[in-house]
Amino acid sequence: MLCRSRSILVKTFNLCLLITTGLLSPSLVLAAVNTGDTQLDPLFSQFVEGKGQARTDALDSLASLQRDDVRAILSGILNNELMLHKPTSTVVWVSKQGREYALQSMDRNSDLGVAGKRDLKRLKLNNQLRRYLRNLIAGLGLRSTIASERLTAVTALMDQPANVESSLLNDLLSVETDPSVRSALNLLQAYKQTSSATTQERLQGLERLRSDLSSTTRNRINELVHNDPDKQVQDAALAVQLEQNDKVRLYQHAETLFFGLSLGSVLVLAAIGLAISFGVMGVINMAHGELIMLGAYCTWAMQQLMPQALTASLLLSIPVAFILTGLIGIIIERTVIRFLYGRALETLLATFGISLILQQLVRTFVSPQNVPVSNPSFMSGVLEINSVLSLTYNRLYILGFCLAVFSILLVVLKHTRFGLEVRAVSQNRAMARALGVRSSRIDSLTFGLGAGIAGIAGVALSQLTNVGPNLGQAYIVDSFMVVVFGGVGNLWGTLISGMTLGIANKLMEPWAGAILAKIFVLVFLIMFIQFRPRGLFPQRGRAVES
Amino acid sequence: MVLVSVLIAVSVGNQLPSSHSLHISSYWVSLLGKYLTYAILAVSVDLIWGYLGILSLGHAAFFALGGYAMGMHLMRQIGDRGVYGNAELPDFMVFLNWQELPWYWLGFDNFAFTALMILLVPGLLAFVFGWFAFRSRVNGVYLSIITQAMTYALMLAFFRNELGLGGNNGLTDFKELLGFDLRSDTVRLGLFIASGVALLLTYLLCDLILRSRLGKLAVAIRDAEDRTRFLGYHVDTVKLMLFTLSAMIAGLAGALYVPQVGIINPGEFAPLNSIEVVVWVAIGGRGTLYGAVLGALSVNYAKTWFTGAYPEAWLFALGLLFVVVTLALPKGVAGLLKRSSASTTQP
Repeated sequence: MLCRSRSILVKTFNLCLLITTGLLSPSLVLAAVNTGDTQLDPLFSQFVEGKGQARTDALDSLASLQRDDVRAILSGILNNELMLHKPTSTVVWVSKQGREYALQSMDRNSDLGVAGKRDLKRLKLNNQLRRYLRNLIAGLGLRSTIASERLTAVTALMDQPANVESSLLNDLLSVETDPSVRSALNLLQAYKQTSSATTQERLQGLERLRSDLSSTTRNRINELVHNDPDKQVQDAALAVQLEQNDKVRLYQHAETLFFGLSLGSVLVLAAIGLAISFGVMGVINMAHGELIMLGAYCTWAMQQLMPQALTASLLLSIPVAFILTGLIGIIIERTVIRFLYGRALETLLATFGISLILQQLVRTFVSPQNVPVSNPSFMSGVLEINSVLSLTYNRLYILGFCLAVFSILLVVLKHTRFGLEVRAVSQNRAMARALGVRSSRIDSLTFGLGAGIAGIAGVALSQLTNVGPNLGQAYIVDSFMVVVFGGVGNLWGTLISGMTLGIANKLMEPWAGAILAKIFVLVFLIMFIQFRPRGLFPQRGRAVES
Repeated sequence: MVLVSVLIAVSVGNQLPSSHSLHISSYWVSLLGKYLTYAILAVSVDLIWGYLGILSLGHAAFFALGGYAMGMHLMRQIGDRGVYGNAELPDFMVFLNWQELPWYWLGFDNFAFTALMILLVPGLLAFVFGWFAFRSRVNGVYLSIITQAMTYALMLAFFRNELGLGGNNGLTDFKELLGFDLRSDTVRLGLFIASGVALLLTYLLCDLILRSRLGKLAVAIRDAEDRTRFLGYHVDTVKLMLFTLSAMIAGLAGALYVPQVGIINPGEFAPLNSIEVVVWVAIGGRGTLYGAVLGALSVNYAKTWFTGAYPEAWLFALGLLFVVVTLALPKGVAGLLKRSSASTTQP
């Protein structure tokens, strides 16, 4: 719309110029053009002075020059960035500065001061010439040595496939090696086929579009459904359209599933440390959220320490956060929780107090505002499965990270001496002690492990959300829900419940909105606990009764 | 007794001319009135935590619900004196282009109806919630966590504009209550006295209940739930009754709180608030009603003082209080007083 109105403006403006210059100084128009470049001079003179075929020939010769700036010059002509400076008869680059124009020489190496509108004259163009220029530019792009430039050029032609010569397409396809450019060329060819005059050809083109789900293709097919002159083509297009809609819906479901799993992985990461300390020791750690927050701040601190190496600092902050928050956890256990065993509600209050202190520590010594944490390059970007489904790398990595942390934890708890002792203490403390397990040491280490995992979760979260003193509070209620839903003292339960809650949340979001979905999940959990008070996977055996 | 004398002293102090050395400004009257409503809330929490062993981390939700009921009445009292001058709709509804008053706002023009709702809405929520929870033997830490989830869910719900209760901003800009201008000093004093009387009545009611068979049963449930059940008592019914009563008291506290601070918003539902209440009780002394009152008053006074003098330090102080009280003073300040009086009487 904008473009069109501008081109009309340009046209009328050119007309005015033509009349005025024609009346006042016809000699200027006829003067030879001096561009300051011997190669370009005759061509520009031909283009400015000539008529009809001579001008297109001039453009052709321009395009065939072996120079790096040919495309730039052609688009300069197209976009009126190259103008004729009347007093000197030079063609110069212009850029508008306030009411005047700044001038640059053809080779862009020297500034030529400024000039008013009166001294400048646009190179005359008409719509036919503009189309010709666009095709020339696209053609130059198509033959570029850089694959991404070729891709842009092909994409630019997608909305006007009729203007592309089929022989050109065949030539290009025969030499193209880059797979993405190849598929774009194939698509272009198919588009061209669907606008062909013969029914058979259109049907073939339609068939080739079947597997492509991009919005341009779907629009093209929709056009065929409604506007194709042949009933046969219309029906075939409708069939393809229905099939594609099914596929699109399927991929959208897959995307929802992915978002759900991603949210679930965040929940699992946040909750799993809690599951350990709550499940094994029956201790409610309200400071868990703040340990997550400290983990996130570790990432920030590491990035401040080594701002040059983002990737390394992120990877390093995983062990740093684990050790730091783990140590804090052990300190909390030794100084506070140790004295409160068997009094779960008091532990809850004391750890809540600790959470307040940790929050305020960060506010006082770092900042009450959020701190910036940047994503290393490998975390940003998207993995495009097809034009409907694309997965962001950061979520993908965090999903993988969550599963990795989970597996490591599982191995530690099932296959190490420490894990054996942890499980023994959690199942029957008195018996474990009788068999020589130093339960108080196991308690500190378990609590430290839970706290350390919280720190790691913080590192992961720092890549997804804002890092600030309130980061932890946002996750504490959710984490408790995950643990309670999954069943206390059961790692698998935590994993399954976290993923379930994440997916349920994302499934409801489209029709309920983010906040309402969250409320529904909470209400569901409150109801759920009534019927299965010990979660999805309750602990069995004597430990339950105590 | 102490409470009555404090009430009288403050009322007299407020009436004295401002030049007098014992003058108490209206600012302080309002502040003390606010503390008193907190004290009522603390009593309601102590009733079920101290004597029944149920740690509710969602009691601020009942408080806020009572507050919202009162706030709705106050909104209706504004009439056409709002910014938009619409007699039918509160300002925020006009702002959001609502055409008519939602059904649940009907009746809040009437004070008697509002008073009923102040008790009924929190009571009903607590009844339904407790009925499910106690029947399926959800107790201990699990109960605490789901009460927290309840208040969290309510907070999210009340933040939504679509609920028709003011969304993020809540209800505010109140003008008058029962025809009295809320900004006048006498009305403030009146609300302060009303809060004091309400606290006194709740205190006496709870004391009465706790001295009765019901109270003894509550303590028995706290100390040995299974044993009480095996002796044939209806544990769930007792819990449900006291939990519902406690929620209604909390609602009353909220209703008295709102006209004194002049605003109610979804922030009141924040899980942190509920936990703070529990801390007042813990600090004052769990299991003694006067301890709860003492805790609420002293912690809130400390909060006011700290946030004025050392705003940075308040959370440190509160956090330390949590830790120190749970570690060193399991019976709170009241326990400390008891111990010291016991040691002086028995040398």
